[in-house]
Amino acid sequence: MLAMLLRRLFLGLVTVWIVSMIIFAGVEMLPGDSCTAFLEREAKGKLLENCREAQGLNRPAAERYFDWATSAARGDLGISANGEKSIAELVGDRLGNSLLLAACSLALGVPLAIFLGVVTGLWRDRPVDLAVSTLAIFAMTIPEFVSATVLILVFSVWLGWLPGIVLTSASAPASEFFPEIILPVLVLTMVMTAHILRMVRSSVIEVMAGDYIQMATLKGVPYWRIVFRHALPNALLPAINVVALTIAWLLGGVVVIEVVFNYPGLGRMMIDAISDRDLPVVQAIALIVATVYVCVNLSADILTMFANPRLRTLHMRRG
Amino acid sequence: MTVTSASPQNTRLMRTLSVLRDVVSRPSGAIGLFLVVFHVVLALVSPWIVPYDYKAMNSAMMLTGPEATHWLGTDHLGRDVFTRVLLGGREALLVTGIATPIAVTWGGFVGILFGLIGGRIDEVLMRVVDAFLSLPWILKMLVLIVTFGTGIEVLIPTLAFFYGIPVIRIARAATHDVVARDFVSAARARGHSRMTIIRHELLPNVLDTLMVEGAMRWSWMLLAFSSLSFLGFGVSPPTPDWGLMIADARGFMSFAPWGVLGPVIALSSLIIGINLTADALAKALGIDRAQKAPV
Repeated sequence: MLAMLLRRLFLGLVTVWIVSMIIFAGVEMLPGDSCTAFLEREAKGKLLENCREAQGLNRPAAERYFDWATSAARGDLGISANGEKSIAELVGDRLGNSLLLAACSLALGVPLAIFLGVVTGLWRDRPVDLAVSTLAIFAMTIPEFVSATVLILVFSVWLGWLPGIVLTSASAPASEFFPEIILPVLVLTMVMTAHILRMVRSSVIEVMAGDYIQMATLKGVPYWRIVFRHALPNALLPAINVVALTIAWLLGGVVVIEVVFNYPGLGRMMIDAISDRDLPVVQAIALIVATVYVCVNLSADILTMFANPRLRTLHMRRG
Repeated sequence: MTVTSASPQNTRLMRTLSVLRDVVSRPSGAIGLFLVVFHVVLALVSPWIVPYDYKAMNSAMMLTGPEATHWLGTDHLGRDVFTRVLLGGREALLVTGIATPIAVTWGGFVGILFGLIGGRIDEVLMRVVDAFLSLPWILKMLVLIVTFGTGIEVLIPTLAFFYGIPVIRIARAATHDVVARDFVSAARARGHSRMTIIRHELLPNVLDTLMVEGAMRWSWMLLAFSSLSFLGFGVSPPTPDWGLMIADARGFMSFAPWGVLGPVIALSSLIIGINLTADALAKALGIDRAQKAPV
């Protein structure tokens, strides 16, 4: 099992490494560099030359990639192009805020999704399943900005229950984001719940059709005991990985949600950085996001391994 | 998954028809297909049936509510909202309608090819695919759009490229299911080339999966396209587009909600239609699409 863990860890590192090269190559492709962005209209002749000299932009790309990658690995993400502030400092608060948004949605969405997934899986093709599954399709495929707009219209404009926009500053403590964070969390939870519940549902259906469930039924084990003791542990295992993949997929949606609600997170910072051509910040955010994705997937793999007795005892049977 | 060997043209047509009949016989499929056909027809004929010029501004009638002359009211520049809602899906349908087949074709081909070849090179490709998938779609798209501009000629290849990458995975997995079967070994033993094996043995068996995948990709692409428009990186004004219209009208939502309601309903109904159709198609072909993660 340790070998398997190490293999996963290694593959994760390889993924981050490839991503870092894609990011670097992508940003190299962009016309202009951080000096043309910083100097704007004065970006010509001696001034531009000096700036490039000072930032070391004249060196070959491979060398700059190596410098950037090694310092990023040490946690030093460089300096933002249009300021003297270090990126690590700028990104810190924003990352925390985005994680707060994600954590609240996960805490709400995962239990709800598992509950609904089990209910729809057990009562497959009954009215409750048709209703929930149809709602889930709506929730997961309608763009986040559309559902967000509708929720703001209903809860903020018409009913006046919740604030429709976040005005708290980026560095405020987490407690100050309530109640402004409620609507963004709701939108994110809706999308996430829909994705996970569909997975749990089909997993429950598959497991309930298994031979050992039929065996247990024939033995006379009570229905609910079969469901809770025999079926659910097996059905929920694959859900762990889907939760991980869903989180990664949602990172794109989080960007839109943060813009809609003016939420001071990493996503909105990314949009601003791309508009301003603040390339070091774009690189840093892309790298952070990819690392988060790999970490989430890795922890899902580890969790699955610990939760799954077949994988846990694999080495014993082999040895 | 049915194994269709090199069969005459009319059996294939018969099968297509029977699948279509199966899709329509399900309530979700019938409603979904109706919505999709409705939107496509509307996009084709709307320039000839709209009551007003979509870019005609009228400073005397800014943000007026729905009434007899303007069914859905007017926007902040006095333009007729109903006209713009009717026209607002054309750009999105054009871009995604071209990009989806390209994405499924190239992603499907690469996936099948590497599923067939296997080995070390396949491993390396999958790592690169994973790396691409670990970046949020919006970041990948924005870097290209900022580089090359926001026109259709940039959006189509960008969407086609990035949405083909997850198709590689699906096609490769579907190929792995058949590549070890006897008829593929037999074709290999007969000495057929890789291209012949792909065309006659693998493609017919992977096609069903690719069709369902294509329908799903279409809806994700629409989501991406309208989100980009909403963020201001998609179509440029004054072209009417639902995402852009929602972004514009959001600021006046508290006293002029008709500005967002029209495009919200139009965009949602198209996306829901595509998904209901994709769901019915998956059931008709016997593919469980819920098993897959959305990447």
